[in-house]
Amino acid sequence: MRYLPLNQHDRQDMLAKIGVGSIDDLFVDVPQAARLKEPVALPKHASEMNVERHLTSLAAQNTAASSVPFFVGGGAYKHHVPASVDYIIQRSEFLTSYTPYQPEITQGTLQYLFEFQTQVAELTGMEVANASMYDGSTSAGEAVLMAHRVTRRSKAIISGRLHPHYRGVIENLSEMGGFELDCVPITVAGEEDLGGKIDDQTSCVVVQYPDFFGSVNDFTALAQTAHDHGALLIVVFTEAVALGLLKAPGDMGADIVVGEGQSIGNGLNFGGPYVGLFATRQKFLRQMPGRLCGETVDQDGQRGYVLTLSTREQHIRRDKATSNICTNSGLCALAFTIHMTLLGGTGLAQLATLNHERMLMLVEKLGPNLAPVNETFFNEVTVRLPRPAKEVVEALAARGVLGGIDVSRLCPDVGLENYLLIAATETVTEADLDAFALGLQEVLS
Amino acid sequence: MSQVKFTKDHEWVRLEGDIATVGITDYAQVQLGDVVFVEVPDAGLKVVQGGDAAVVESVKAASEVYAPVSGEITEGNAALGDNPALVNEAPEGDGWFFKMSLSEPHELDDLMDEAGYAAYLKELG
Repeated sequence: MRYLPLNQHDRQDMLAKIGVGSIDDLFVDVPQAARLKEPVALPKHASEMNVERHLTSLAAQNTAASSVPFFVGGGAYKHHVPASVDYIIQRSEFLTSYTPYQPEITQGTLQYLFEFQTQVAELTGMEVANASMYDGSTSAGEAVLMAHRVTRRSKAIISGRLHPHYRGVIENLSEMGGFELDCVPITVAGEEDLGGKIDDQTSCVVVQYPDFFGSVNDFTALAQTAHDHGALLIVVFTEAVALGLLKAPGDMGADIVVGEGQSIGNGLNFGGPYVGLFATRQKFLRQMPGRLCGETVDQDGQRGYVLTLSTREQHIRRDKATSNICTNSGLCALAFTIHMTLLGGTGLAQLATLNHERMLMLVEKLGPNLAPVNETFFNEVTVRLPRPAKEVVEALAARGVLGGIDVSRLCPDVGLENYLLIAATETVTEADLDAFALGLQEVLS
Repeated sequence: MSQVKFTKDHEWVRLEGDIATVGITDYAQVQLGDVVFVEVPDAGLKVVQGGDAAVVESVKAASEVYAPVSGEITEGNAALGDNPALVNEAPEGDGWFFKMSLSEPHELDDLMDEAGYAAYLKELG
């Protein structure tokens, strides 16, 4: 086979055929500020040793999460990942066969995906779960689109306490699909009236549990109100470990439960790759996006696994598919499955308890002046500082403590400059808690 | 006197009074193989001739079922939810998909009668 690169003439032909003037015209949907104006200024070349030396010096400028007292959460949580998880996911039987192109001969891959689905369904209290999505935010976006298909309506109500990045993904998908969004203004705590906004045009209500600011709320009444109007309740979570201890969203009457699975088996990974969890009711199965693995028996009556209900998917259903996702987060889902298997139900509950205990200890150390704004919490709280949180976070970092997230960085222009979002997981030691409490005291005095 | 008409997409439509019943033909069910799922429209849905109205899935394929004429759905065949195999067993009987009222009854004139459909199938080979 010959390989002939494109020339200018070929490019012009193709552009003329699809009716655009230039290649840049294909990128009009990307904001100007995000577009590259000129090639990235890189030196022509350097020796391998020099490159390594340079990159090592660049890396040394980072403060690694594992090297300091670390209290950052906000959708990505630093949990201990047992060494056995990394060992097992790197076995070549799993690592090199990450996607089942010929499903029936990759029984091992299908079996762990089936177990993954079972774990996600149990964790969320739902009846069915898929083999994973890209991450929590795209799961949330897909959940809204699914609710529109189920209800044949097109308006979603979004809680002001949904992670702003998740809201951003839902906004993008809704804008492109021509769907309506009712985004409730951001408030840190207190009553949020979502039920009063639901009407007979509403397709779904999207809430987070625990919410972005750390509160844990029971949505049973909201689910009932939604159902009374023929709408669905979508419950989103960013901290999967919380579900090891809290009431399952399925038990509150949620119709779709989606979230981020990074917390279990996966490191922070600079923000990705992560693994999106997606679960729903059996009756909505046909409208669910993503790959689905099923258990069956072969002609000899032996247990076996298959990819099933593929007619929902793009490679068969084309433009009528439930989603354009054609894959899953295979390796991250595997890490999730292995860690969950190692933990077991009791272990997960113990891990969750440890997390909550650490946060209770931190709250006690911070004292009444820095009491959480939220009345309920799992392993994350929001506190109001006497000074802008941005300055405090930077001053703490200078003291070698990564002390949380300046809320206004993710929620700008809504008067939350003094709010700090703090997470404490099982990886936080008593010494870390002391370093944080002391550092905060110094910075604020 | 009811009369059955056929589309080139292998739907049949039978008008009785003001209400038409729609399904897929025996030829279509043979082509599809074992039907495993049917999604029928809800009453009240407005459809146009040739537009999407229902979905039929078999072990081999997933296909759209189109409205043979324009109008409003009055009933989807709920029995197909529990027993999609009715489409294979009685495609032109109990395996009907939906009933509808007609907004443009003259559209029926565009469709084939039984002899016309038989000739069309012969053409397809």
